[in-house]
Amino acid sequence: MNTMTIEARVPLDGALNPNAREVPLSSTQITDYDHRQTVGKITVDNPKMLCREVNVYYSEKHALRQVSLDIGANEVIAFIGPSGCGKSTFLRCLNRMNDTIASCRITGQIQLDGDNIYDKNIDVVQLRARVGMVFQKPNPFPKSIYENVAYGPRIHGMVNGKAELDELVQASLERAGLIKEVEKRMDEPGTSLSGGQQQRLCIARAIAVNPEVILMDEPCSALDPIATAKIEELIDELRENYTLVIVTHSMQQAARVSQRTAYFHLGDLIEIGETDQIFTNPKHKLTEDYITGRFG
Amino acid sequence: MNKLDDSAALPPTASRDIKTIVNAGLKRRHAAERRFRGYGLTAISLGLAFVVLMFANIIGKGYPAFWQTYIQVPVTFDPTVIDPDGRRDPKALENADYAALVRAGLRGLFPQVEGRRELRSLYGLISNNAPLTLRAQVLADPTLIGASQEIWLLASATVDTLIKGNIDRTLDESLRPVKDNELGWIDQLHASGKIQRKFNTILFSNGDSREPEQAGIRGALMGSFYTLLITLLLSFPIGVATAVYLEEFAPKNRWTDLIEVNINNLAAVPSIVFGLLGLAVFINFFGLPRSAPLVGGLVLSLMTLPVIIIAGRAALTSVPPSIREAALGMGASKLQMVGHHVLPLAMPGMLTGSIIGMARALGESAPLLMIGMVAFIVDVPRGITDPATVLPVQIYLWADLPERAFVERTSAAIMVLLGFMVLMNGLAIVLRKRFERRW
Repeated sequence: MNTMTIEARVPLDGALNPNAREVPLSSTQITDYDHRQTVGKITVDNPKMLCREVNVYYSEKHALRQVSLDIGANEVIAFIGPSGCGKSTFLRCLNRMNDTIASCRITGQIQLDGDNIYDKNIDVVQLRARVGMVFQKPNPFPKSIYENVAYGPRIHGMVNGKAELDELVQASLERAGLIKEVEKRMDEPGTSLSGGQQQRLCIARAIAVNPEVILMDEPCSALDPIATAKIEELIDELRENYTLVIVTHSMQQAARVSQRTAYFHLGDLIEIGETDQIFTNPKHKLTEDYITGRFG
Repeated sequence: MNKLDDSAALPPTASRDIKTIVNAGLKRRHAAERRFRGYGLTAISLGLAFVVLMFANIIGKGYPAFWQTYIQVPVTFDPTVIDPDGRRDPKALENADYAALVRAGLRGLFPQVEGRRELRSLYGLISNNAPLTLRAQVLADPTLIGASQEIWLLASATVDTLIKGNIDRTLDESLRPVKDNELGWIDQLHASGKIQRKFNTILFSNGDSREPEQAGIRGALMGSFYTLLITLLLSFPIGVATAVYLEEFAPKNRWTDLIEVNINNLAAVPSIVFGLLGLAVFINFFGLPRSAPLVGGLVLSLMTLPVIIIAGRAALTSVPPSIREAALGMGASKLQMVGHHVLPLAMPGMLTGSIIGMARALGESAPLLMIGMVAFIVDVPRGITDPATVLPVQIYLWADLPERAFVERTSAAIMVLLGFMVLMNGLAIVLRKRFERRW
């Protein structure tokens, strides 16, 4: 039963006026499920990325429906939800990694600092240098540790000379908290590291090109708790300089590292809000069911 | 409670029944397994036996070809024959009658031989290239003129065959290629140590010849080398580029599907068809020289390309997508992704495919017959447009000849060809091992 009507859709021009959007909520729980509604405040005061009415289709399958949300500068935003809910799909829209899938079609708008990243005159090479990515499975290149980190700066021509590159590699590894472990083995293959170290190497590789946003697709799902703790610590430190978007299956992880959390369900953005609020006082029935472990 | 009731509903005898049921069939199952293993073992041992038989046959027949009989003849470099003017004019030295020196030397060995026919037979013991050997020695060192030397000269193929024990001495003289008088001279020479077998360098330094003792595989080897060089230079880059384009860049639509099907079909086209194509297009239309390694290489490239493309695509698909994503996620362009990461990882597979394709090209003869690489060519080719033949065609040519000495040379050439095949396949394994990287 539809207990109330919520107008949560944000028109594109609404993005320019973030204060105008406050989704009305009653004290009663919302029990119905209508994909056109997103509960919670989707806007932030200082948006780094701005997504409006994003739809993703794989051939005929409508994988993501009318997702609108803002990603604030220097925040960690977590996407949670059951498998197949579209959270990874949405993440991959943010640096156009979905372009590699031939059958994938995307509508709507995603802006990075006010520029539509799906605009014709935006080059994906430049976009991906600005929006870095860390994948679910650690995927270092089968090259040396040094070469892994040096790759990005090298292809983008960011440094002049070997000394500068050395410095950048050192600094990136230090920021990723890996320098102590690899200092003496820079020439060994990146694949010789342990899983957690590999993932931190991938993070070092991503931050070596000094991106503005870092997307992380379940970065700890293949790691043990100790390695996970290290990565989470790192995410918290990185927030100072970068905007981070993290997809995770672990609700504890989302609660630990993020400031805002978005809950996706079957291709819809169901609810978004401050992480504390989502985990202590979810407004939507589906969110509550999910975080209390009733499904997913 | 419900669940407990369900399990209780299972028939109580079920566990005992399953034991007897399984046991009943167990013997049959094990027997089937043993039978299958037996079939496998039999097949492998049969295969190995035939391989051993083949190699034993080829090596047994071909081994003698690596040894060649020489006869020691006392040669006097008579100045009145070589240089009657005494001016040491190189032109005169080149055109002198060295055959007379050989004849004189042989007469010196057997002074009792008289009569035209007898002498002809005596001179026939030595290969007809002996004068050339002497000329080369004199031209290299003119001080030899006037001296006398014992010189090892190449024996004729008949002597060689007899020394190798391939002529039945008990046959009637009329049926024997070596007559009684010749047999006497040869035995006499043999007894006095003037007949020796030496390592056959001629086999590796000469081109083809009508005289078996002077025939070598160098011409065919160089022909094969130039042909394969052209094939490699054309088919490897084009094949790899095609594989990369089709696999990484081309849109997946009806046209690329059509191209894919055609490439797969081309790999199965009989090689002689490529030869006809080469004849029609490269020789008749473009007017390229016939019998040339250039055209041979072009034809073999056409034949090798589909193999390299198919192997290359398989190698590319085996590169994990996570590496591609990592590169793209760093902001690498598609070409950078392929060039920096995918291609190096796919290289071992591509190299293996290419070398196996090249090995097949090395062993190919049918398409080369069509473009005239089957001609009798004495000169060793010195370039890609010189007329040439290749090893398998040389084997085919020699296998047709009746002389006993060509039979062993055929086997020797097969051994060399097989040696190169093994070498190339070994190289494929080494390259794969060296470039293989884990991810």
